[in-house]
Amino acid sequence: MKKILKTIALSTLSLYITTMLQADEFTQKDLDLWMAEYKSVVKEGRKVFTNPKLGTNTVTCNECHPNASNTHPETYPKFQKQLGKVATMAEMINWCIANPLEGKKMALDDPRMTALIAYITQERKGIKLDPGKH
Amino acid sequence: MKRREFLKKTSILTAGTILPMSLIEVAFANEADGSKSGENFTFAVISDAHLQQIKGTKFVRNWDMGLKKAVAECNLMNPKPDFILFGGDLGQLGKAAEIDHGAEILSALNSPVKMMLGEHDYYLDLGEHWMNRFGDPYYSFDHKGVHIVVLNSILVDEKWTNKWKDPMERMQTMAGLDDPNGSPFMVGLQQRQWLKKDLENISKDTPIIVFSHSPLQKLYKGWNFWTDDAELVQDILKPFKKVNVIYAHVHQIQYNKIGNIAFNSVMSTAWPWPYPETYSQGTHYMPKMTIKMNRADPFFERDATGWQMIDVHSGRVDFNFQLPNNKNRTVAYNEKTEQPEDMEFQKEQIPPQTHY
Repeated sequence: MKKILKTIALSTLSLYITTMLQADEFTQKDLDLWMAEYKSVVKEGRKVFTNPKLGTNTVTCNECHPNASNTHPETYPKFQKQLGKVATMAEMINWCIANPLEGKKMALDDPRMTALIAYITQERKGIKLDPGKH
Repeated sequence: MKRREFLKKTSILTAGTILPMSLIEVAFANEADGSKSGENFTFAVISDAHLQQIKGTKFVRNWDMGLKKAVAECNLMNPKPDFILFGGDLGQLGKAAEIDHGAEILSALNSPVKMMLGEHDYYLDLGEHWMNRFGDPYYSFDHKGVHIVVLNSILVDEKWTNKWKDPMERMQTMAGLDDPNGSPFMVGLQQRQWLKKDLENISKDTPIIVFSHSPLQKLYKGWNFWTDDAELVQDILKPFKKVNVIYAHVHQIQYNKIGNIAFNSVMSTAWPWPYPETYSQGTHYMPKMTIKMNRADPFFERDATGWQMIDVHSGRVDFNFQLPNNKNRTVAYNEKTEQPEDMEFQKEQIPPQTHY
């Protein structure tokens, strides 16, 4: 038993050292690149948010939600009485696409969905998370 | 539900909500010598229908139903309103098809209709089709001792107006409330000069009602809840003792008082807009006295939309908001505090709804 523990300890240590040697630090260049990636998705999200072709009836998200206001992304997930369950914002976005926009719901990992969430959340930046709130 | 059934159902429903209101006796002040200074009257405002063409004869159902409901309810008012003002934004992208579709729905109204122009009716063809159909975008008339002015407050500077190669691109940019490439509204010099002249021979005691699409006050520039030359227009109205400005565009209940000028906004029949403070990244100047509406329940598509009937008494206006799925509200002019106040909720905020 003692031997096994010793082996584990040793291998953990060696793993730690290897990782330390291999782990790269974030450079400013990395951070800039990732932020640029994020911002391009936010920008894409604004395009989807204002795209009359997202649904079938030319209605756009920003017709009712200028600057994504009153979407309260900070309150999700929450129990959505009208859906009868705890829902994420993506599910609520899909409800909006299916109803006011008379469109087809999209897959939850659809890049347009990611972009919409990025844009909506960015417009709410700085607001305290308050999941479950009504 | 079929359309006919819907209309039948709304008729029954509205008879219930409107008839008691028609029994409201509006008192008006007698002069010291016992004579009456003016006659009370009622009118209605329907606004911001945003009829949106999908293709050919297909329009967005939801917005169509909002306007049709308001028209059906207005026709049930008893006594009949002296006139109905449409507050602008009949169409969404200023298309002839949208404006004609709106004119057809409004033609069912059985009271005289006055029209006001909104930016959604204007920025495609600079109002050409709208003006051919409805006439001048600014004018005045007298009604039962009140001088009534309708302004075109959605103009912007010529440089912006003329910089677009594609008129539809200009329209779409202006139609996006939050589009950063838009431009702030104004009444403009020409109309301000006209207004001065129009009011020249009006006694300072004559009550005035000014209709404008955008607020003639500065609330939030980001969404054009704003008129750039608001102060200059207010200056022209200042010498009159009783001025009421009624504006559209904001799709929500707002009211304010600046000097002798009482401000009231009207609802949209299409969809509600959030209050500017819900956008945490903007600076807004919402009037403190406004008791806000509840957040809309998107699952009930007429929630936080509506129209309003307005009693004019003693030269001041009382607003009766018809709000489907919400408690109707009355914002009336309180002669004691000399400001518009919600009859029920002024002292405390409306308790939040539990259904959103």
